[in-house]
Amino acid sequence: MNLTAGNDNCNHDCNGRQTNVNGVFDIIGPIMVGPSSSHTAGAVRLGLAGRVIMGGQPSRAALTLHGSFAQTYRGHGTDVALVAGILGMRPDDERIPDSFRIAREQGMEFSFSCADLGDVHPNSVLMELAGPNSSHTAVAGSSVGGGNILITRIDGFDVDFTGTSHALIVSYRDQPGVIAKITSILATEDVNIAAMRVSREGRHARALAIIELDQPVSREARALITRISGIDTVIALPPVVLA
Amino acid sequence: MYTSIAELTDAATSRSLSIGATVREREALDSDQPEDALNSKMQERLAVMRDSVGRGLAGVRSRSGLTGGDARRMAEARTQTRSQTRTRTRTAIADGTAGGAPVLIGGEPLASAIAYALAVAEVNASMGRIVAAPTAGSCGVLPGVLFSVGEIRGAGDDELIDALFAAGGVGAVIARSSTLAGAAGGCQAECGAAAAMAAAAAVQIAGGTPEQCANGVALAFKGLLGLVCDPVAGLVEVPCIKRNATSVAVALAAADMALAGIRSVIPADEVIWAMGAIGRELPAALRETALGGLAATPTGKLIASEMNAVHDDAKESSRL
Repeated sequence: MNLTAGNDNCNHDCNGRQTNVNGVFDIIGPIMVGPSSSHTAGAVRLGLAGRVIMGGQPSRAALTLHGSFAQTYRGHGTDVALVAGILGMRPDDERIPDSFRIAREQGMEFSFSCADLGDVHPNSVLMELAGPNSSHTAVAGSSVGGGNILITRIDGFDVDFTGTSHALIVSYRDQPGVIAKITSILATEDVNIAAMRVSREGRHARALAIIELDQPVSREARALITRISGIDTVIALPPVVLA
Repeated sequence: MYTSIAELTDAATSRSLSIGATVREREALDSDQPEDALNSKMQERLAVMRDSVGRGLAGVRSRSGLTGGDARRMAEARTQTRSQTRTRTRTAIADGTAGGAPVLIGGEPLASAIAYALAVAEVNASMGRIVAAPTAGSCGVLPGVLFSVGEIRGAGDDELIDALFAAGGVGAVIARSSTLAGAAGGCQAECGAAAAMAAAAAVQIAGGTPEQCANGVALAFKGLLGLVCDPVAGLVEVPCIKRNATSVAVALAAADMALAGIRSVIPADEVIWAMGAIGRELPAALRETALGGLAATPTGKLIASEMNAVHDDAKESSRL
């Protein structure tokens, strides 16, 4: 009997939850505001990811809760946790229970509804965020257990990233060579690509690249990428880590 | 990270180190950080744990309104018991009578461990700040045992931090070889794992050997194998908060047996393996889905329907 190596739920348990344990502080920790790592801490991180993808604080947030999020959001404080994240709070911020009041003070409108978002994880949310100058973004994601999250959709594009590493989100018009130009700038910067996903609406249509990185991208490199022909926006997402 | 309790125990024993010191040394190697930095990080977690005990004992209510105030109740009964025990002793000596009977019967450190575990679990349910150890739902067990045993042994922060490393090392082995998620393994994976971790911490603070720590892990875990996860209305409150408190009793019993030199016939690593195997055989209704067990009792269902009514009201008002 092998009790240690190659066990079946080392990284994923039978419900697909990730139990990524990298060290002793993943066990004695994280420091977080309760009551639930998935329904509270994970919800804060989802909100935080939405804020970063938006590129700042939205003036309006319409949040659609799905599945277990819709069923138990009140008792778990999933609603205040999501708003707290959008306000830029981290999972251990003691102001999380007061996030509704703080949002109103800062002039951020928010609303909640419950709906079936389709074949997604039970702990899922759709965040429709609108900025002051008619900018807007729609981000969908799931809290997959232990405070870990998965961002699944951005502005109609299917994506798949965990927010645990640095990431670049690049939207552009599909044409040959764009990705090559981006990756060559990253190579010059000595930034290593951990994972990449590219999707498009069609040939020569709107496209989105999610590039997960081992190192952060400098402001200069980001500016260079922004100047590539066909590039629309470049968002640099820092890891939305737990405390 | 060590991958088995046996490997961890051997490493500690062969070099005459505690389990905690052995875990910290390996963590420093794995994470490429100096041990001082790791100690500071653990000190911060210890401070959050201590703060959550204090806040819970003062009395908090959960966000749903379903639970709260029990840590304070336990602390009051403990204070009353201690004063009556003193009075009774003096009276008994003075005139040979029994005097007023104390309120609680379990003695220390059990009474304080229960009070502290309830305190942290209640703070968690009130959206206060806690340290997940290993999870938010089971966050009361380890601080409950740690601070109560620390108090009776006069342990300083350094010893408590070492004990947290011991507990963390044990938890990391459990995470690697089975699971720490209630949705995967039931409550045995959360409160059971927390009790196993807490037993190791208690044995270490009490001066036990690494071998005794390992037996504490096995004995505590065996006492909670098969424990299901059946939260009423899906909330981390009923029975979670009180299960944190009853789990400290298992951890303390296991620690005492280990300190007495009692060995677990089944070694810790095999107990951990059994926990994972049992978890996989548990029906989904008993793995955090709020469909079975206490959640499916008449009272559990009534509470759930009341919560949903409140929830519907809230949805109505947010639409207005």
